[in-house]
Amino acid sequence: MELFLIFFSAAIVNNFVLAYFLGICPFIGVSNKISSAFSMGLATTFVMVITTIVTHLIYHQILAPFGLEFLQYVSFILVIASLVQFVEMFIKKVSQPLYRALGIFLPLITTNCAIMGLALFMISKEYSFVEGIVFGVGAGVGFTLAITIMAGIREDLELADVPKAFKGAPITLLVAGILALAFMGFSGMI
Amino acid sequence: MDVTLLMIALATMGGLGFIFAGGLAIADRKLRVEENPLIGKINEILPNANCGACGKAGCYDFAVSLVDGKADPSGCPVGGEDTAQDVAMLLGIEAGTANKMYPRILCHGGNADAVRKMADYYGPLSCSAMDLVSGGDKACYYGCLGGGDCVVACPFGAMIMTDDGLPTVIEELCTGCSLCVTACPRDIIEMHPADRNVFVFCKNHDDPKTSKAVCSVACLGCGICARKSDGGVEMDNFLGVINYDALDESKIPFDKCQTGAIGYLVPPVKPETPESKEEGLPN
Repeated sequence: MELFLIFFSAAIVNNFVLAYFLGICPFIGVSNKISSAFSMGLATTFVMVITTIVTHLIYHQILAPFGLEFLQYVSFILVIASLVQFVEMFIKKVSQPLYRALGIFLPLITTNCAIMGLALFMISKEYSFVEGIVFGVGAGVGFTLAITIMAGIREDLELADVPKAFKGAPITLLVAGILALAFMGFSGMI
Repeated sequence: MDVTLLMIALATMGGLGFIFAGGLAIADRKLRVEENPLIGKINEILPNANCGACGKAGCYDFAVSLVDGKADPSGCPVGGEDTAQDVAMLLGIEAGTANKMYPRILCHGGNADAVRKMADYYGPLSCSAMDLVSGGDKACYYGCLGGGDCVVACPFGAMIMTDDGLPTVIEELCTGCSLCVTACPRDIIEMHPADRNVFVFCKNHDDPKTSKAVCSVACLGCGICARKSDGGVEMDNFLGVINYDALDESKIPFDKCQTGAIGYLVPPVKPETPESKEEGLPN
């Protein structure tokens, strides 16, 4: 039950994008097609899960025993950057079209604050190894959910008669705000 | 903070960095995607400014399109002629100087030829402003305003304003980016391949009487060039428009054009039409 609550909290109630407003850049940048948004969500989820595993190990096995907690930021950045490099190589090898569709936003997962935030939250909430992994999966699922919903709305928005002044970024930000408001409905559940 | 802690911190970060670097090196070996080595070579030659002036997402993207044959070596305005030559040499094709596009200013109604309005224009000296307000102080509503929007728009300094109030292209500096075409509010500037030499240097659609009254070098719309040229020139609402696919230069009656609106950009070596006064102006 505890694990389910962590998952549900990370995915829905404290959704990283819509409640914490972390990772807005890809949320706006890659949410114009459902297919590429979903792939972006999967890539981010993958990086998130691996990040929680590796950062948990590094923090509790290496940094904490030596009293090096102050190195957590530097070492987490190192972990995330390397992982993203790896994912980039992997996607380039496996699916060229996906690689091209994600474009610049794939290397930009490196600077996606949702991932750094995830690692730091996990440490500050003192999750165990398994809890950390569930937390990472939940955050990833939440990100995928948010970006896919956003992409679905934006695909419909293409056909809508948007006033000229609102076309493009303004209407997207408005939609993101309303979506965040809708997710506020979950707050207080846990 | 004591020195031991510092050493441990350094060793830890160094070790972590080393492990990740090693992992990535192995991954790079295993997951390397075999791609055309030409792409890498061309990417090195390109300016790597990633400015996107070629219309691609960046220099690498441009290099990929070049290798696929989807882009022209001369498409990079930043690298210019030299880069295009080098790239073309690697690709084993012509640098595409033959298809190089230059902007052509299709108005010869300079200050000496265009008739002034009754009123003078006082205001911002930009074509777009003049075009909005009153059309400047030339009587012709189709001609060059002389405000120099194209000169301002050109990032390469290839467009200059001459004394008679008409812009001129310096072909050595022109990269064919066509920003001047967009800048001109009256659509006088058009992109044409470098080898085109015959143009109707007028955009005036007025009837013969009006166009004669507003400019001494306007196309009157008499249609003689259209009748003689077998489809090489078509009349569009009192304006001769050249259909370059069907154009046969020898059939154009240059000497019959009253105002010399149709003419050569650069006169041919044998002067065939001595009385046409407008040709020969390097445009």
